[in-house]
Amino acid sequence: MTVASTSPPLRRPRGDGALAALFVAPAMLGFLVFLLWPTLRGVYLSFTRFNLLTPAEWVGLDNYVRMVNDPIFWDSLTVTVEYVAINIGVQTVSALAIAVLLQRLTQSAVLRGIVLTPYLMSNVVAGIVWLWILDTQLGIGNEIIAGLGFDRIPFLADETWAIPTIAVINVWRHVGYTALLLFAGLQAIPTDMYEAAKVDGASEWRMFWRITMPLLRPVLAVVLIMTVIGSFQVFDTVAVTTAGGPANATNVLQFYIYGSAFGRFQFGYASAMSVALLVVLSAITFLQYRLTRAGHTDLG
Amino acid sequence: MTTLTTPAPAPTPTPAKTTVRPVRRTPSVGRIAAWALMAVIVLVTMLPFYWILRTALSTNAGLAADPTNPLPVHPTTGGFERALGLQSTKEAIAQGGAGGGLDFWRYLLNSVVVSTLVTGCQIFFSAMAAYAFARLRWRGRDTVFGLFLAGLMVPAIFTLLPNFVLIKQLGLVDNLLGIALPTMFMTPFAVFFLRQFFMNIPREVEEAALLDGAGKIRVFFRVLLPMASTPVITLSILTYITAWNDYFWPLMVSYSDSSRVLTVALAIFRAQTPQTGVDWSGLMAATLIAALPMLVLFGCFARRIVSSVGFTGIK
Repeated sequence: MTVASTSPPLRRPRGDGALAALFVAPAMLGFLVFLLWPTLRGVYLSFTRFNLLTPAEWVGLDNYVRMVNDPIFWDSLTVTVEYVAINIGVQTVSALAIAVLLQRLTQSAVLRGIVLTPYLMSNVVAGIVWLWILDTQLGIGNEIIAGLGFDRIPFLADETWAIPTIAVINVWRHVGYTALLLFAGLQAIPTDMYEAAKVDGASEWRMFWRITMPLLRPVLAVVLIMTVIGSFQVFDTVAVTTAGGPANATNVLQFYIYGSAFGRFQFGYASAMSVALLVVLSAITFLQYRLTRAGHTDLG
Repeated sequence: MTTLTTPAPAPTPTPAKTTVRPVRRTPSVGRIAAWALMAVIVLVTMLPFYWILRTALSTNAGLAADPTNPLPVHPTTGGFERALGLQSTKEAIAQGGAGGGLDFWRYLLNSVVVSTLVTGCQIFFSAMAAYAFARLRWRGRDTVFGLFLAGLMVPAIFTLLPNFVLIKQLGLVDNLLGIALPTMFMTPFAVFFLRQFFMNIPREVEEAALLDGAGKIRVFFRVLLPMASTPVITLSILTYITAWNDYFWPLMVSYSDSSRVLTVALAIFRAQTPQTGVDWSGLMAATLIAALPMLVLFGCFARRIVSSVGFTGIK
């Protein structure tokens, strides 16, 4: 490891094995201990009964059998998918709209900054703020609804409203970030394409569908993969707003996993559900990756 | 504070625009509609921040009596005093708060310690590894890097439970180090991100220093790392924000004040609903305390943060 003073060969660099080992060591330690080992261990624990206090006991596929027969698991998977669908749908459309407005209307950095601000808040802060705004009795949101002559909506206390509400709260927090990712993609589209189209008399609407969308598609696909994976892991907002209620209506998968592990100390079962979530996410990534490959454009 | 007191710019930003772009034609209907939409987006984005401030400065009685008043009702700093534990229990309950106070200064300090530790160490160690992957020649380099990259695929949720078991076995539950440890050494993304930068530095830069007799360690610390200050700062800011906002992992690991970070404390404060109903003014004051450091950070680095988002997201 004592390198230095002996003048190193320049033209034909030989191996730097020892030095490389030194430089990679800390990151390698972190990788092995907190990423690789937990991944393997998580799979192992899913085949055990484990409550933290006594050693894990091998039970084979018991946890998986239980999972398949657990209606709450299927409910929570359904709720999660519903959440993801609404969250991603609303977020992608809004982010695209914001990104295009930012590109076609103005290049203002201040506006970009404003749009990003909610991203700096934690999900916990976002959840609590909207909990207050949407409060049935005193929240300004419901005051406005009542002022317009409609019935107050118990956004987070009603089984049908709770999931869409949480989905939209998270859109509020994340849409600016997504919009800026898309905006970066839009910046790669040469402006003279728009100029040329304008000379030909194309409308903004037509330019959006004929230029923007086709050229943005690969970026859009990558952003979608990222946001879908993030969206499946919803937890914080649920934990501070509804805590899974009312009547399990917002018991998303990660919340159920957390409850099984820390509420009922069934670490084995919770691990099995984590494996299931991992499989779902891998399948989505793979699928979207394939679709992305198919969607290359001229700008590549 | 200043970032909060100016929430929504006037919804007619057109005059400013006309100075930037020479007017070629009168603004079309579509353009006006687009600006109106932009104004709505800005309003929806920023109003909640004003509403936090307005609520935090009101009294709970005032909020109940006049819920739609756009200004603070019966302006007071009572909410902040409650959130910071400066009020006596009797006083707090009288003003609609919960009896048990939370010491937000302490959680603030905990958050700072954890986020700083995670950001500092993670970026430093990742930069070292990135240098080895980009600039050094050694056997198995590409294989090991491939392994690191594969780590990108494992979603955070999957490693959290086993990592908790590990942290518990290490005796680090309810310890700030236990919160920081899993992300302290590296994230695959940080290594990948910095490696990209090191790859693009011309060889000549390194060789000149080596000719002068500097060792490779010296070259890394004195030449390459300073050159990488832009990506390092960019990555640091984003890592800091992420570490600061994390809730799930600290929730698993911390049980008492000694290791409680702001996000967790805030959720607990929210759960302490007093008999009379939620202490909204105290809760919003606490929310503001939890959010303020990130808003200040944003105030200082806004341009860099904004431009770094597109930079980091798409590879």
